[in-house]
Amino acid sequence: MSISETYVRYRRTLGEEPLAIGVVLVALWMAWALVSGLWTGGIRVSSLASLVWDGLLRGLIIGLAGIGLSMTYSILNFANFAHGDYLTSGAFAGMATSYLIAGIGENSVGALLLVGAGGSVFGGAIGIGVTTSPIAVVLGAVVAGVSTIALALLIDRFVYRPIRDESGIALLITSIGVAFALRYLIQFVFGAGVRGTTAAGSVPRIDVPALDGTFRVTAHDASLIVVAGGLMLGVHLLLQRTKLGKAMRAMSDNEDLARITGIPTERVIRTTWIVGAGLTGVAGYMFVLWKGTLGFNDGWLLLLLVFAAVILGGIGSIYGAIGGGIVIGLTASVSVIWIPSEFGRAAAFMVMIVILLFKPEGIFSGRTTA
Amino acid sequence: MSADDLRGRFSGLFERDVTLALAVLGTIYLAYVLAGVAFGYGLRGQLNSIANLTFYIGVFGMLALALNLHWGYTGLFNIGVVGFMGIGVYVTALVSKPPVAQGGAAQVGGFGLPLGVGIVAGVVVAGLFGLLVALPALRLRADYLAIVTVAFSEIIRFTMMSRTFQTFTVPDTIDLWLFTVDPTADTVGLGGGGGLILNYPDPLEALLRTLFLWEPYMGFVGFVQRTLIPNNPKPVIDGLVYGILLFVCVGLFYLLLSRTGKSPFGRVLKAIREDEDVANALGKDTDRFKLTAFVLGSALMGLGGILWYSSRGSITPPSFRPNITFFVWIALIIGGAGSNTGSFLGGAIFAGVLYEGPRYVKNLVETAFELGDAPGNFGEAVAPMASFDPVPFVLYTLDSVSQLRLVIMGVVLIWLMHNRPEGLLGHRKETASSIDLSRPGGEDASNAAAAADGGENR
Repeated sequence: MSISETYVRYRRTLGEEPLAIGVVLVALWMAWALVSGLWTGGIRVSSLASLVWDGLLRGLIIGLAGIGLSMTYSILNFANFAHGDYLTSGAFAGMATSYLIAGIGENSVGALLLVGAGGSVFGGAIGIGVTTSPIAVVLGAVVAGVSTIALALLIDRFVYRPIRDESGIALLITSIGVAFALRYLIQFVFGAGVRGTTAAGSVPRIDVPALDGTFRVTAHDASLIVVAGGLMLGVHLLLQRTKLGKAMRAMSDNEDLARITGIPTERVIRTTWIVGAGLTGVAGYMFVLWKGTLGFNDGWLLLLLVFAAVILGGIGSIYGAIGGGIVIGLTASVSVIWIPSEFGRAAAFMVMIVILLFKPEGIFSGRTTA
Repeated sequence: MSADDLRGRFSGLFERDVTLALAVLGTIYLAYVLAGVAFGYGLRGQLNSIANLTFYIGVFGMLALALNLHWGYTGLFNIGVVGFMGIGVYVTALVSKPPVAQGGAAQVGGFGLPLGVGIVAGVVVAGLFGLLVALPALRLRADYLAIVTVAFSEIIRFTMMSRTFQTFTVPDTIDLWLFTVDPTADTVGLGGGGGLILNYPDPLEALLRTLFLWEPYMGFVGFVQRTLIPNNPKPVIDGLVYGILLFVCVGLFYLLLSRTGKSPFGRVLKAIREDEDVANALGKDTDRFKLTAFVLGSALMGLGGILWYSSRGSITPPSFRPNITFFVWIALIIGGAGSNTGSFLGGAIFAGVLYEGPRYVKNLVETAFELGDAPGNFGEAVAPMASFDPVPFVLYTLDSVSQLRLVIMGVVLIWLMHNRPEGLLGHRKETASSIDLSRPGGEDASNAAAAADGGENR
């Protein structure tokens, strides 16, 4: 698109969209408040840096979970409201494994497998952490991914596949049913309590100097970055170097056409679930390891942010999901500079709504890989 | 399909909506009365149980009817129902609660206006928020609209919980250009995470006093006390009368919505649901129609929220989680989107079977078998299974019935979407036409009553 076209387009937008002007004004006010706050010392650079760091990490989790949601959204053509509960399932399965490996011998196997339901075992006591029990954490992450894949394939086989040809809305409603069943089954098995899962005190940390203070980076932050970055790179290579990416793009474009050109659509769908659910499960595990608490509602509470990220990035684009996730994570964290902290998530939702209104195809659209 | 046979067999019997509604309600009530007999309830217990059931049938019926206007008629995928309910009841509370100085224990007061004013304000503000959401969001695709509305309802809940809006101090006098307002309110607000105490007069009492029926009502209560229930019958009778009031409201909702649906306005809505571009091409300003329908539905959801929560004594933000929205959706899908009778029946079946039913089943089982205490967690429940002792597991299952209820709802929803996505009466989805579109002399002729409603076969 040439510059003049862009210019004309934006001029037209301004004329037709009074809302757009409002959004721009709000953005200008926010920039002014931030600059003047930094200038006068009302906002400390170190606290800003710490918020940005927190937002970035949260964004990586949202992005990692968003890749799966984005892929199923574009290929199966429905918004999967059970995606958040896939994340929770992965977190519980992975944590149960970590508990079992780290705490076997001193505690009852049942209590460990139930991730200490009812306060029978505490994650802090058995020393869950990337430095204190590295094997337990690595295996936990692997099990989280694998078990979420198994769960997603099982659900797809019995729930989504029989109604594959229904409209996106019918599938969406069905996925709400899946979400309910899954979430409250998890509560039934693991209990309703929110438990601490990591030995938070013994996680190594360093204080990184910022201009007027420091912000904290822990080993769990670092491991989250390594895992998320590695997986994202892996998906990128998978979709770039294999025919799978092309097949997925073809399917999200036109499923019937893809089928008559010989693309095994059911196999592509299965691969989509495998990649998406695996990433989601690992995201759930890393999320819980990073924040140090685990409850049956965690995934559902994250789901709307993941949706926000996917819509922001453009449905179907994995880079969009990653970028959108980081934007949404940063919004939820950094927005507390301008608004009360209770509204961090609300601000992220507002960003999503604004994007839907002005650019429903997403800000990174047109660069899809899958 | 077996459902077709079933429909054919029963069509003679159930061709009138009233018969069908009475049959379904009768079955549910009978089941509850029988359960009450099994529990050994006295008259008081039975009446309490019936009042409770009536309450939930009423509110879910009402909300499903309101949602039917959005989804069944207009095809607007709104999953922010609970947001509008919350707005309705919070505004009512804010307007009608007495100021702190007169309010006793409440930390946060209101403007102390009559409850009627509060209810009207709640409904109007819910409608206005509907407008606020709809203005930008209605041009979105259905699934985007869904995400926007659920995000909206969460933003509403965050606002209720927020410390920022917890309390405001109202100045003693407000100078408006020409005249001065002297509000009685001192401290108002949304109460934050602790919620609001609804210390205005009881809604039922306020209504009866307005209608000059309070004295006769108290006389009736006294009569019941002398003859049937000797100790303190008032709460029981209050519950029953409130239930009847809710049913009257359901009736009004039904009348309003079926009149709307049959009007030219309603026909345009149905046309939008079927194909918005066609409706547009025929010269209808579809945006305006969608907007009106959305605002009307939101206002009705606000009223539904008010009728649900305003007699509860207090409201807290956790009551307004998205789960309630999905409950209403399940009710609508059970009944069949597009049919008003279906919506109400869906609400009744949802309330009677899925929402309240599991608890009764649990109590029934506990009454039938003398069982011990349930184990504290899943591990203790499963461990004895190794030695073939299923009792602890059964006990744990019964004890967790309030969570399993939601699992059952999820499974029912999946089952419905697989086997009967049109719900109980969705096959009678009205077409966007003022005349009968069914083929004369065809198979529909034997099914004349259904055909009169449009008789769309899917």
